[in-house]
Amino acid sequence: MGNEHMLEIHDLHAAVEGSEILKGIDLMVRPGEVHAIMGPNGSGKSTLAQLLAGHPAYEVTSGTVRFGGRDLLEMEPDERAAAGVFLAFQYPVEIRGITNAYFLQSAVNAIRKTRGEEPLDTIDFAELLDAKLKAIGWDDSLVYRAVNEGFSGGEKKRNEILQLSVLEPSLAIMDETDSGLDIDAVKAVAEVVNRFRSPERSFIVVTHYQRILNYLTPDYVHVLAHGRIVRSGGKELALELEAKGYDWTKSELVAAG
Amino acid sequence: MAQQVDRSRAHNAYVAAYEAFAVNGAGASPEWLKGKRAAAIARFADAGFPSTRDEAWRFTDVKPLVESVFEVLGGASTADAVALSPHVVPDETSAVLAVVNGRVAPHLSRMPSFPGGAVVMGLREALDQAHPAVEQHLGTSGADLRTPFGALNTAFLSDGAFVFVPRGVRLSVPIQVLFFTDVGSAGDNGLVFPRLLVVVEDEAEATVVETHAGGDGDRYWTSPVSEYVVGVNAQLDSYRIQRDSGNAYHTAVTHSRLARDARCAMVTFSFGAALSRQDLVSVLGGEGAQSTLNGLSGLGGRQHVDYHTTLDHAQPHCNSWEYFNGIFGDRARGVFSGRIIVRQGAQKTDSKQTNNNLLLSANARADSQPQLEIHADDVRCTHGATLGPIDETHLFYLRSRGLNLADARKLLTYGFASEILNSVRYQRLRDWLDVLVQQRLAALTGDTATA
Repeated sequence: MGNEHMLEIHDLHAAVEGSEILKGIDLMVRPGEVHAIMGPNGSGKSTLAQLLAGHPAYEVTSGTVRFGGRDLLEMEPDERAAAGVFLAFQYPVEIRGITNAYFLQSAVNAIRKTRGEEPLDTIDFAELLDAKLKAIGWDDSLVYRAVNEGFSGGEKKRNEILQLSVLEPSLAIMDETDSGLDIDAVKAVAEVVNRFRSPERSFIVVTHYQRILNYLTPDYVHVLAHGRIVRSGGKELALELEAKGYDWTKSELVAAG
Repeated sequence: MAQQVDRSRAHNAYVAAYEAFAVNGAGASPEWLKGKRAAAIARFADAGFPSTRDEAWRFTDVKPLVESVFEVLGGASTADAVALSPHVVPDETSAVLAVVNGRVAPHLSRMPSFPGGAVVMGLREALDQAHPAVEQHLGTSGADLRTPFGALNTAFLSDGAFVFVPRGVRLSVPIQVLFFTDVGSAGDNGLVFPRLLVVVEDEAEATVVETHAGGDGDRYWTSPVSEYVVGVNAQLDSYRIQRDSGNAYHTAVTHSRLARDARCAMVTFSFGAALSRQDLVSVLGGEGAQSTLNGLSGLGGRQHVDYHTTLDHAQPHCNSWEYFNGIFGDRARGVFSGRIIVRQGAQKTDSKQTNNNLLLSANARADSQPQLEIHADDVRCTHGATLGPIDETHLFYLRSRGLNLADARKLLTYGFASEILNSVRYQRLRDWLDVLVQQRLAALTGDTATA
C-alpha cells in the first residue's frame, strides 16, 4: 500500500435543505485500503457516500475533500467519475428505453473521451463486456435489458457491481450494496469486491450490517453516528458492533459532546 | 361576435365547394359513394367547426382553420421524387404508393408484384374496377362521425390509397403509403383530404406504413381519414408517421376494426405540423382481439399535438395496450385524451393505458386525460400518466458514470423515445426512425438551450 493518501476528508460539514447532516467528518484513505463505514439509520452514511460522488442535493458548508491531490468538491459528478470515483447506489435508478449494454458503452466512452482515448465501437465494447462477465462468472441476462427496469432488488445491486467491474474505478464507494440481499447474494457481491481489490484500488463500504464484513475483510472500520465518526478501529470493531448494536453510540455521543 | 361570423364564412365556403365538387369532380362515382358524400357534407354542415367550448376540443383551438378559407387542391402537382425522397422508408424491398394532394402519383410509386391477389392501388382505380371490398368497407367505420373534419374528408372523397390483402395471404413486403402535400400555386391556403382504406382479410398478415408530409415550411391543411379492417385471426402492423411541414395543420381520423382473434399493432409518430389533432379509434369487435396503440411525439417551437384515442372493447376476452410518450421543448404543447370503453358483456377485458410526458422547457405544456367507461364487471383496466422535466436523480446516476450533463440529458431523452421505437417490429423502419428521432431530439434540445 502506498503512503500517499488517495482520499483526504477534513472536517467535512454538509447540509440538505438547510439541515446539517454531516458535522465534521475526517477520513483518510490510502490506495488499496478497504474502509467500512457502519452506523445506524440517519447517521449520515449515505449522505457521505452520495456527497463524494457529487450528488447535487447536498451542500458542503465547510471542510475539504481532496482526491488524488485535487479538490474533489470543485469537480462535477462526471469529472469525479472520469478521475476514478464510483458510487454503487443504494437505490439504483431505472432508465427506461436504454439497454444496459448501450448505457455501459456510453459511460465507458464518456470516460475514455475525457482521458483523451478513442471511443470503443459496439463490437470492441461487446468484447470488453464479454470478458468482464466471464471474469466475474456472470451471464449476460442483465445486459440487454433496459437499465434496472423491472429488475429485482438483487439484480439492481448486481448491476451496480457489473458497472463497477466495467468502469474500473480507483475509489469504489459501496452504499449499502448488501442491504436487502440474501446471504448468497451478499457473498457474491463480496467475492466480486475481493476480486477487484488491488494495491491501486480503494473501497469505502457503507453498510448497516456486519454480515458482509465476514466475506470482505476491511482494513478499517468506522462508526458514524449523528454526522460524526464516533469510533474507528480494525475489523474487530465490526464484531463488537454486531454484539453490542448501535445503542451505545447515543451515550458515546453524549460523552464526546 | 367576430368569431361567429368567421365560423359561418369558412363553414359556408366548404359547403359551397362541395356543391361544385359534386357537380364537376365526382360525376363518375357510384351511387353508393355519392350517397355517402351527401350524408357527410350534411353532417359537416350540421356540426360545423368545433370550438374550445366543446369538451373534446377543450385544449385544441382550430381558429387558424376557421380564420381563412382553404382551397381544396386538385391532383395537379409538380412534386418530384426528390421532394418525396426524405419521407420514403429506405427499404428497397418495400412497396411505395405515393399520393400527392390526395391523388395517386404512379410515377412516384414503386410496386412490386404481390402474391395471392393482394392489391395496392389508388382508390379511384379500385372504384372504377368496382372492387367489392371498397364498397363493402369504404366509409363504413364511422370515422366520419368522429369529427367534423372526418366528415369533410368523406364529402370530398374521390381518390386515395387502397390496400387489400385477401384471406390467408401473408404479405411479407411492407407497404408504405406516402401522402404528400404540394401546395404549388395555391399559396398558403391549400387543403387536401388524404384517404386510406386497408383491408386485411381473415388470417392474412400485412405491414403498412402511413406517412404524411409536405413541402418544407409550407402552410397548408391536411385532413386525412384512414380506415383499417382486420379480419378474423388476421394480423396488421401499422405505422403512422406525421412529418408535415411545421406551418401545416393536420386533422386526422384513424379507425381500425378488429374481428375475432385479430391482432393490430399501431405505432404513431408526430414530429411535424404547427397544429395536429389525431383521433385514433380501435374497435375490438370480436372475441380475443388484441390491439396495441403506441405513440411518440417530439415537438418544439409552438407546435401542438392533440391525440384523442379510443379503445372500444365491444366483445369479451380482448386485450389492449396503449403507450404514448410525448417530448415537448420550447413552447410546444401536447394533449392526450385516452378513452377506454368496455361495453356491456365485454367480460375479461384487459386494458392498459400509459401516457408519459417529458417537458424539456419551462414553457412546454402537456395535458393528459384518461376516460374510462366501463359497463362490465369482470375486467382489468389500468391507466397512468406522468408529466415533468428530466428527473434529477436520473441525471445524477448517469453523470456519476461519467456522462456530462448534456450527454446525460440526451441519453435520457433518447431512452424515453426508445420505449416507443422499440415497439416498431419492422426493422428497416425502426432503423430509419431511430435516425429521425435522434435528429429531432437534437433540434428540440437545441430549442431548450436557446429558450
